[in-house]
Amino acid sequence: MKRLEIINKTKIWLGFSAFLIVVSLIGIIKGLNLGIDFTGGSLVQVKFEKQADLKTLNNVFDEISNEISQVASTSRKVQIADDNSVIIRVPELTEEETGTLLKKLEEKYSKFDLLKVDKVGATIGKELKTSAISALIIGAILIVIYITIRFEFIFAIAAIIALLHDVIIAIGGIALLGYEVNTPFIAAVLTILGYSINDTIVVFDRIREVYRRNKARNLGEIIDESINDVIVRSINTSLTTFLAVVAILLFGGASLQTFITTLLIGIVSGTYSSIFVASPLVYLFEKNKKIKV
Amino acid sequence: MKKNLVFDFVIILIVLLGAAYFAFKKPIKMGLDLKGGVYVVMEAVAEDGGTITSNDMDRLIEVLERRVNGFGVSEAVVQKTGDKRVIIELPGIKDTQKAVETIGKTAFLEFKLVESDGSLTETGVNGKDLKQADISYDNFGRPQIVFELTIEGAKKFAELTRNNIGRQLAITLDGEVQTSPTIKSEIPGGKGTISGGYTIEEAKSLKTLLNAGALPVKAEILETRTVGATLGDESIAQSKQAGIIAIVLVMAFMAIFYKLPGLIADVALTICGIIIFGTLNYFEATLTLPGIAGLILTLGMAVDANVIIFERIKEELRGGNSILKSVENGFKKAYSAILDGNITTLIITAILFSLGTGPVKGFAVTLTIGILASMFTAITATRFMLKTLVLYTDIKNPKFFGVRGK
Repeated sequence: MKRLEIINKTKIWLGFSAFLIVVSLIGIIKGLNLGIDFTGGSLVQVKFEKQADLKTLNNVFDEISNEISQVASTSRKVQIADDNSVIIRVPELTEEETGTLLKKLEEKYSKFDLLKVDKVGATIGKELKTSAISALIIGAILIVIYITIRFEFIFAIAAIIALLHDVIIAIGGIALLGYEVNTPFIAAVLTILGYSINDTIVVFDRIREVYRRNKARNLGEIIDESINDVIVRSINTSLTTFLAVVAILLFGGASLQTFITTLLIGIVSGTYSSIFVASPLVYLFEKNKKIKV
Repeated sequence: MKKNLVFDFVIILIVLLGAAYFAFKKPIKMGLDLKGGVYVVMEAVAEDGGTITSNDMDRLIEVLERRVNGFGVSEAVVQKTGDKRVIIELPGIKDTQKAVETIGKTAFLEFKLVESDGSLTETGVNGKDLKQADISYDNFGRPQIVFELTIEGAKKFAELTRNNIGRQLAITLDGEVQTSPTIKSEIPGGKGTISGGYTIEEAKSLKTLLNAGALPVKAEILETRTVGATLGDESIAQSKQAGIIAIVLVMAFMAIFYKLPGLIADVALTICGIIIFGTLNYFEATLTLPGIAGLILTLGMAVDANVIIFERIKEELRGGNSILKSVENGFKKAYSAILDGNITTLIITAILFSLGTGPVKGFAVTLTIGILASMFTAITATRFMLKTLVLYTDIKNPKFFGVRGK
């Protein structure tokens, strides 16, 4: 394989990442499509015997909304999936209201199979937001501490920036795709933290080793050599993980779509960032000093 | 060297047999999202800024348990979470709607004084003070409710009745007046009767409501999730398919790219899978949909340790070392990267576990077990197989390790 020269093109890599981050931030500012886990509300998923059409469904729901105001066209979201199932999201319904809704739907429409009813209170949604943010912050702090102990503070900072890079791009990507985010999305984002840092650490581990072997050499050369040493491993592990994730995406059903897509973006970004972001950053921070790993 | 191999072999065999025993002993427990059922989160609400004591919570859980038992579900769970929340899980329930309604029926009992204008005043005596209720019959054979209060409640009730003789005392459930008998005399012993010309059916249902329904504190439903059996079946079938395809793809990749060590990694991956299942089953972990996704993801990541090791071995071979030397050095040099990489991932799963709820916790558990199992198999099973192969067979060509040229 041709030898890669990463360090002398640092500006290009970081520039590309900066561009992706800006695009992602625009997506995030535009807003994530928050599901009921975050906003509170009710979700009913039913499966009809044959494909339902949106127009008829909307007429039925309009009629039901005379009795249950939450089902009105301004507050409901109706989504029809390929497998004849229909998901309707509305502001929080009481148990009685859910019962009425289902009864009316059965009266006015053909028979259906009740797949799923979720109701999440507004308090829970608010708590979820808080705990998601604190999980991210606690995770970042613990990782900084661990890397500082095992390597050096500068490495920790570079790793955390690479990590934020991946998290922002994954969240931004989902925001731009407009996928709905719920609790599993948080699990996916946190898994990206783990994946991204794992990948970065393997690169750092090699930089440390090459440096110890030959301290007199230029840091840029050391980093380039280290990256070239580990890049096959980095790509191969990403590939196997990628294969597993794609299998879930293709055959795992629609309910995991957001979860899996978030992971996919995170894995690609995590692989890129450990080589093209974290390592160049270590170089930028340290090129004028002696590292003491 | 050879002695170490025997030791390794014994360890691997013990772990593998143990894991296999637990993996196949009983079917793995499946979560509500796979099996169908009802999941409810309730929160105790204090009246007028009061506090919820742990005693209140114990009684609330007791009452909820009695209600849940009515469903006859064998794996029902009523569990306290945090200071004032209760999680209820009813797997395999068919009529999910009705179950939620029954659990959620708050039935908060209060005694209230009836004012002259018909309005009601709080008395501070409520379901918290009720010990039990029963049916008895008066002199004319008419059914009535007899109730007994706790010691604390009896004191309050005696004072209340003493000061309000001749007035009407309303008994309300969830704010709805059930009956308003007139206080005829002071009731000192904490025992009273409610006679309201009930039919026997009415009396029975009132008794049940008081006993099973008189919550010590108000409880609000914060979250309910119900999954029908059809969706659960579909999810299981889809996850199985996704899992099998993922395994085949990952194994094929390893065999094609790393040749002989790749095949060994595939065997190690199988062992890893058995260990994961055995451990999950041993700890009676519940498998959820995100949990399965976590497992499949683990399969992809599980080969990472092997990939790190094999790449090292290839480097050593390219450096001109003998095969045996390369295998030994490869493992030695890969340790620190494997360890550091996995510990940071474990930090994340620990956070997921402590902050997550339900399915996210399940995901964290499977991911943690997966990481530990893959680390174990990579540094024991893979090493054992690879060393045995190198020591006892005649493989001399680096080509078998995926090293080209030379």
